[in-house]
Amino acid sequence: MSINEKIVADFVRNKIEFVTTVPCKQLAGVIEEIGRSDAIYHIPSNKEDEGMGLCAGSYMGGKRSAIIMQNTAIGVTINTLVTLIQYYNIPLPMLISYRGEIGELIACQVEMAVHTKALLAQMNIPTYHFHEQSDVNELDGILKFSFMAKKPVAILTDASFWQGA
Amino acid sequence: MIRSDVLKELQPIISNQLVVCNIGLPSQELHNLDDQPSNFYMLGTMGLASSIGLGLALVQDAKVIAIDGDGSILTNLCTLTTIANNPADNFILLIIDNGSYGSTGDQPTYAGMKTSLAQMADAAGCENVIECSAQDTAAVVKDALAHERMTIIVSKCESGNIKVPVIDLDAPVIRHRFMEEVARRNS
Ligand SMILES: [Mg+2]
Repeated sequence: MSINEKIVADFVRNKIEFVTTVPCKQLAGVIEEIGRSDAIYHIPSNKEDEGMGLCAGSYMGGKRSAIIMQNTAIGVTINTLVTLIQYYNIPLPMLISYRGEIGELIACQVEMAVHTKALLAQMNIPTYHFHEQSDVNELDGILKFSFMAKKPVAILTDASFWQGA
Repeated sequence: MIRSDVLKELQPIISNQLVVCNIGLPSQELHNLDDQPSNFYMLGTMGLASSIGLGLALVQDAKVIAIDGDGSILTNLCTLTTIANNPADNFILLIIDNGSYGSTGDQPTYAGMKTSLAQMADAAGCENVIECSAQDTAAVVKDALAHERMTIIVSKCESGNIKVPVIDLDAPVIRHRFMEEVARRNS
């Protein structure tokens, strides 16, 4: 099973039926896999805060949701995370491409990378960093934790993690 | 007619519907007029009422009315493209377009100047877009509820606000009772 198939299988096992995505090069494979899944309604969003609104609506409609996005989105979504997702106790797994880490080719990406963990920590968002491919084995537990706690969680996935995915 | 007059006329029509209501005075006015567990008051996140409403409409069968504003639609304008390309026949987006940012002191929006939100919705690919007067809004919403097709309504009204208290409900309570109501309608 590829990493992308494993991620989508964990989503499905945790009854995630609604996934919104904003693309990133590193996420292309998993987004494609989401699109292939019959168990998941895939709704691309234009901006990550819009996506979180869609996810909140789906959750309130009885279907668990998740968002797939790049870490630059943390800069876009702080208000939404705090005054919608956290304020209303809405669970939201965020599978995040951690751009700007070792292996990055575009210097500008580093500028958000250096703030990513600090911003997530400031918002008290439980954060997990997938660096080795085997780290994906934690995903199932992280998803269960998010829905149990009704909290957003951040899964940062860096370039090494995606290597050979 | 100002927004609160439009809401007053809408009240008997939407009272029993799932409503996702925009931040600030629209939610406060609706809450003051007719608080219902079937109302989701969006207390933060200006612009996201239509996104929350669409997400909700896509995953369950009950009708959903998102009450948005012109300023709020402009702040999340891309929502029109997402709505157009992911149509939900149980979804009604009602944009109360008073040409101003009502909750912040009626500063003018571009929707009250050269920009037509109905034409923007149309250009985004939305299929049933109706622009109507404030006076006709209740009848247009009633008609939209009677049909199984996604409808975008732009209600042109005057700007102005009434004095209403802030909403004292805790956000998780609003969310919890709303979800129970959604589940009840789908059981
Ligand atoms: Mg307005």
